[in-house]
Amino acid sequence: MNFRKYLVLAGVTVFAVAGDSMLSHGMKQVGGISIHHLQSVIFAVANPWVVIGILFLLGFFATYTNALSWADLTYVMPATALGYVLLALVARFVLHEHISPQRWIGIVLITSGVGFVAGGPALTEHPLKEAGKIVEEPHAAAVAGGVDR
Amino acid sequence: MRTIYTWSAILVIVFASVVGDVLLSHAMKQVGDVGELRRRSGAFAVIMRTLSNRNFFLAVFSMAAAFFSLLFALSWGDVSLVAPAAASLTFIANAVAAKIFLHEKVDRRRWIAASLVAAGVALLAG
Repeated sequence: MNFRKYLVLAGVTVFAVAGDSMLSHGMKQVGGISIHHLQSVIFAVANPWVVIGILFLLGFFATYTNALSWADLTYVMPATALGYVLLALVARFVLHEHISPQRWIGIVLITSGVGFVAGGPALTEHPLKEAGKIVEEPHAAAVAGGVDR
Repeated sequence: MRTIYTWSAILVIVFASVVGDVLLSHAMKQVGDVGELRRRSGAFAVIMRTLSNRNFFLAVFSMAAAFFSLLFALSWGDVSLVAPAAASLTFIANAVAAKIFLHEKVDRRRWIAASLVAAGVALLAG
């Protein structure tokens, strides 16, 4: 794990939250879509918030894909949940909304879950597979070498 | 009846998300570390290598299926039930699927993490 990789994980969190929030804000302006007129969802794209939201979600997909190229799925997953925590903190300290005790407990649980997984190795070593491409990626082998078992 | 619809849709969302996540993770492990790859052969090569991976497209397809099932679920059930239920079940199911299909070393640390996060998501959005 180096600075670039932490930056990518931060991107996963921030892009997901920003994208979801803007999409949600935009869709509330667009209004409810009837199940009988699902095609009217196309007009939602005319809303600037929806467009920005989609761009952010593309950013999320790019960073998520990037992260999965060098880390386990079970390592990256908790990072996506940190977004919920970020959202609650923004609601509390920027929008001055009230956060119920139940939500604070949820925030503590997610944060400690992320802390748990972040303390471990990012990638599972597959000795048989690694042997074949050890010349190709000596760096990956070096990183995985420092894990606790 | 509506409850059955809602929970069936939630299960479909969870299933499609897990299939999507597992396939995407598998595809990207086949592609390799994109940062390293970009330094060696450029961004264009990274994009081409990703887009020529069959699992990558299957993953995108599954994720799209999950997204549309979410839309259906939301039309039958409350967002305060559907979103947290689907998200937290996906966390647990992903950990199981990653262990079985991706052969990830899901040790006690990661099980605890997945359970804490799933419980936290359920509380936060509930």
